[in-house]
Amino acid sequence: MSIKVRIPTPLQKLTQDKAEVDIDAGGIKDIREFIEKLGKDFPGIKERICDEAGKIRRFINIYVNEEDIRFLKLDKTPLKDGDSISIIPAIAGGGSTQPPSAVSLTIKGGR
Amino acid sequence: MALREDQIERYSRQIILPNIGGKGQEKILQAKVLIVGAGGLGSPCALYLAASGIGKLGIVDSDTVELNNLQRQILHSTQNVDKPKVESAKERLKEINPDTEVISYKLRLTSKNILDIIKDYDIIVDGSDNFPTRYLVNDACVISKKPLSHGGIFRYDGQAITIIPGKSPCYRCLFPEPPPPGLVPSCQEAGILGAVAGVIGTIQANEVLKYILGIGNLLTGKLLVFNALDSNFRQVRVPQDPNCPVCGENPTIRKLIDYEEFCQLRRKE
Repeated sequence: MSIKVRIPTPLQKLTQDKAEVDIDAGGIKDIREFIEKLGKDFPGIKERICDEAGKIRRFINIYVNEEDIRFLKLDKTPLKDGDSISIIPAIAGGGSTQPPSAVSLTIKGGR
Repeated sequence: MALREDQIERYSRQIILPNIGGKGQEKILQAKVLIVGAGGLGSPCALYLAASGIGKLGIVDSDTVELNNLQRQILHSTQNVDKPKVESAKERLKEINPDTEVISYKLRLTSKNILDIIKDYDIIVDGSDNFPTRYLVNDACVISKKPLSHGGIFRYDGQAITIIPGKSPCYRCLFPEPPPPGLVPSCQEAGILGAVAGVIGTIQANEVLKYILGIGNLLTGKLLVFNALDSNFRQVRVPQDPNCPVCGENPTIRKLIDYEEFCQLRRKE
């Protein structure tokens, strides 16, 4: 069983610059187990997707076949062979110049 | 309003399009659009909107033009380095189309000034470059029931979604919270290819025109995701979040908050 995963630019450093990876998903039932496996294949990526408590961060969405898992069964959303998964973070870049005044936030891209 | 002869000539290639015609062109000439940010996204968006004959184009930006902007911010030119971006933008847009009235706002949008500024416009384009402004613009548009075209870029990725308050999910339905820092490279390290900003900014201009003309399908309830390296466009579904703090069933945000603080709180987590 294999699952295709779209990796967003900010995480591609952890996937050797690959925008899409295939995960051998034998025995994987749901998103929680998928994230564990992804973290084993690409060390460091789980910590970027999940917080210290293991919860998926609020500015990162995970889609199974174009559906947001927050509106399915969150990390218990079941997976099956041939599913494709997209990991999509909030990005704020607008291709402008200045950093936001007091707060130096991340992923504002475009400067 | 009757189209002048030079207007019929200028806009002839879009007037002959099915679903536009003279009536559609009149709608464009009467439309009022506010663009937040005269940068990588705002530049192509403003250029196409002015060229199409938008009646009134508001441009918000507090910055001045820098040499390193010119690789992607195609509203501005070498001779305008050090000039306020809104002035440089106005100059260029007037050259393209004297029909378009350009209003410049050389300021940063805040909770105090935004509602007063957006109230005069039919639709808002967010081409800003930071999370506090993005959440501020989203909330202000939802509260004021103003349609919003949102676009974002990061390196080779782009995103766009259109928000019709009361009818389609808002940016908070999509991303309830901004990210804390340290999880992604800083903007200086990140870089951006001008053409990527061009793709997303142009999609925003296209959304605005479809909204004004009432044609086609808007990017409502779905997020368009672009990857420049694969030339790949995808759409994912964005449902309305019943728990959304600003447009959900029991909203907790009924007036604008302090967005720097909102994002700093997130930072400390």
